[in-house]
Amino acid sequence: MPDSTFLDATELVLNMGPQHPSTHGVLRVILKLDGEKVIGTECVIGYLHRGIEKIAENRTYAQFAPYVDRMDYVAAVSNGLGYCLAVEKLLGVEAPPRAQAVRVILTELNRIASHLIWLGTHALDVGAITPLFYCMREREEILNIFEKYCGARLTTHAFRIGGLQYELYDTFEQDVRAFCDMLLPKVDEYEELLTGNRIWIGRLKNVGILTAEECKAYGVTGPLLRAAGVPWDLRKAQPYSGYEQYDFEIPTGTNGDSYDRYLVRIQEMRQSVRIIRQALDGLPGGPIMGKVPKVIKPPVGEVYVSIEAPKGELGYFIVSDGSTQPYRVRVRPPSFVNLQALDRMCRGALVADVVVVIGTIDIVLGEVDR
Amino acid sequence: MAELPPEGKPQPARKAQPAGKPPAPMAATPWEDELTLQLRAKFGEQILEFSSYLGQNFLIARREAVIPILEYLKAEAGFDYLVDVTAVDYPERAERFDLVYILYSFARNQRIRIKTRIPEGFRPASAVPVYPTANWLEREIFDMFGIEFAGHPDMRRILMPEDWTGHPLRKDSSILDMDQRWVRQHLGIESGQ
Repeated sequence: MPDSTFLDATELVLNMGPQHPSTHGVLRVILKLDGEKVIGTECVIGYLHRGIEKIAENRTYAQFAPYVDRMDYVAAVSNGLGYCLAVEKLLGVEAPPRAQAVRVILTELNRIASHLIWLGTHALDVGAITPLFYCMREREEILNIFEKYCGARLTTHAFRIGGLQYELYDTFEQDVRAFCDMLLPKVDEYEELLTGNRIWIGRLKNVGILTAEECKAYGVTGPLLRAAGVPWDLRKAQPYSGYEQYDFEIPTGTNGDSYDRYLVRIQEMRQSVRIIRQALDGLPGGPIMGKVPKVIKPPVGEVYVSIEAPKGELGYFIVSDGSTQPYRVRVRPPSFVNLQALDRMCRGALVADVVVVIGTIDIVLGEVDR
Repeated sequence: MAELPPEGKPQPARKAQPAGKPPAPMAATPWEDELTLQLRAKFGEQILEFSSYLGQNFLIARREAVIPILEYLKAEAGFDYLVDVTAVDYPERAERFDLVYILYSFARNQRIRIKTRIPEGFRPASAVPVYPTANWLEREIFDMFGIEFAGHPDMRRILMPEDWTGHPLRKDSSILDMDQRWVRQHLGIESGQ
């Protein structure tokens, strides 16, 4: 962390943000520079702090569910899944198989949407404008599916505690299969644009390296950890929602640099398509809601449940005092914890690399600040 | 739905438990395996309880023993990933706060929680020397609960404005409470409601 000697004669202090296009929201980074070299950074966050955890204590379990969508708003479905699983664990109920399969399909679609947003905006940060339009075009299809399913596009509140509120609409399977068939060639297209692109490689390769050891020390999870060569994914390590039934791989990198993170996310989109297709093939029938009491009143206790969100480990620590409102809800946000490693990744790099590093962490400030 | 609050009004800070029978305490079961034996041999009386609830293991330790336990678990038992640090406020209790450390071991694929109880004003030792992740997590606890960590390299607020007074996640801070002076000074209005 930078100390109080910010104003030495040879050092320049530069404010990046809070209103800077490449900080992806309201993040302020104070850069301590020696020429163009970064010798220290400090993140100033909290501009989007809405007190989600406090709100939770003043709402019933069901009432709080829509709020979690407002944390990582580009992956709202994942947030909802984590919360529902945590409350279900406290209650001792489980969603029926059909609901679980639908949850997997929607969550994986959302993972693709989140990665598409990341790819488009990150390419834009680095100077490639075209991928943004392509990525947004494909993401639109996902949002259309969400809209047809539950009426909302972004903050979907797609799941309910115990299962799903809505049965699938008639052409759901057709729509999702058509999307999967369409996406894979498009992903190849992105790769043609970027993977071998000299500028892209020049900007990303060996920038923001974080080794596996450093990832573990800083609690960094998700694509960053996998890019450092650790094949760790909660969907495999501690499966939930029936992920153990699906056959998929965990893409990993070797260098732990920004370029590997890009490759990992591209591969993850393909793996998500694989999971979605399997889930559609084996989509079970039956009810979509488990046996959940009308008034949700879990017994006294506490539970920590986490899922693999597109950004890393998203955890909910919920304490129940036996009433209808949670006594405490703690959200373990992947973006917040991953952002902490920014300083480690930026030291010694150039100012322009800071943009790349912030981009490849893939933060959403709504989740950092909650 | 039956649970909706009255029209649009935020609910009061917290409803008192309805009179009658209080809810049953947490139905935790004892937790015993190789790891608990190791820990008991090493720390003895410092660990008050090994329990398990819904298949999740946790231990309750004396507050002085937390950092040595974390060091031991990291070095000897492979718990190399500090998932989260958080706190829970029980204002009616003499030892007001629960501090909760969630650890994960990649090698064992196992998750455990370390809990301890601390009174108001107590300054627990920082976990930053053991796990660098704890830096921002402890700053957030300081911001939200007012628990100061001894030996933390950068003990400042992280989410709330620097000159804010009060700690929002304490139970005695209602959602309607705010720092009126701050709102008046920085936003130029009488109330943010």
